[in-house]
Amino acid sequence: MLIEITAGPLAPEPFLQHVRRDDSGAVALFLGVVRDNSVDAAGVRRRVLYLEYDAYLEMAEQKLREVAEEALSRWPITDVAIAHRIGRLEIGETSLLVAVSSPHRHEAFAACHHIVNRIKEVVPIWKKEVWEGGEAWIEGEPVGEK
Amino acid sequence: MKATVKFFAALREMTGTRELTLDVPDGQTVNGLFRELCARYPRLADYESALFYSVNAEYVSPDHGLRDGDEVAFIPPVSGGGGAD
Repeated sequence: MLIEITAGPLAPEPFLQHVRRDDSGAVALFLGVVRDNSVDAAGVRRRVLYLEYDAYLEMAEQKLREVAEEALSRWPITDVAIAHRIGRLEIGETSLLVAVSSPHRHEAFAACHHIVNRIKEVVPIWKKEVWEGGEAWIEGEPVGEK
Repeated sequence: MKATVKFFAALREMTGTRELTLDVPDGQTVNGLFRELCARYPRLADYESALFYSVNAEYVSPDHGLRDGDEVAFIPPVSGGGGAD
């Protein structure tokens, strides 16, 4: 397992190398990428200039680890690597990387999907959108049970 | 007893600080501490219904009792991950 929170750019190759094994025929890779637009509460689309991520570092690392462990116990997967960027991110940069290896593809896809969803629920990381003429911290849906 | 409080994201901007160390009465709960801080930073009160609490980097319930030296954080709904919500 490899967990990383970093202010530097995220390149997939080291994470793919970390999870791949000769006995595992599948590696699923998810990249969350900074999009150049968003829709506000009133449904109006705005042009995003850049994002800024803040994190409760110690807790976020621990929660990422727990999310990875949960997936490893729930699916017959081989290994998991998760990396999240913090600080200022420009349009097109990778904010989140999840790589999952498994003997067969189905489990890798399912576990990868689950990990991304759980990260958005429980990991204390927040993004601020900065657009033309304003900025706001984005808040996810409050989730009943962490 | 003493507790350290951490603020992140919108709450950090509202309070203008990342961290405070406070004297708290014995038996104080995390929600009680939050309400005390709302007196100092009134805009925090808007967050009460959406907030999660952590003590020493673990999620806890609002009525969790504090101990000397605890590190408390008030956690707004998280929004990490990709740009593709």
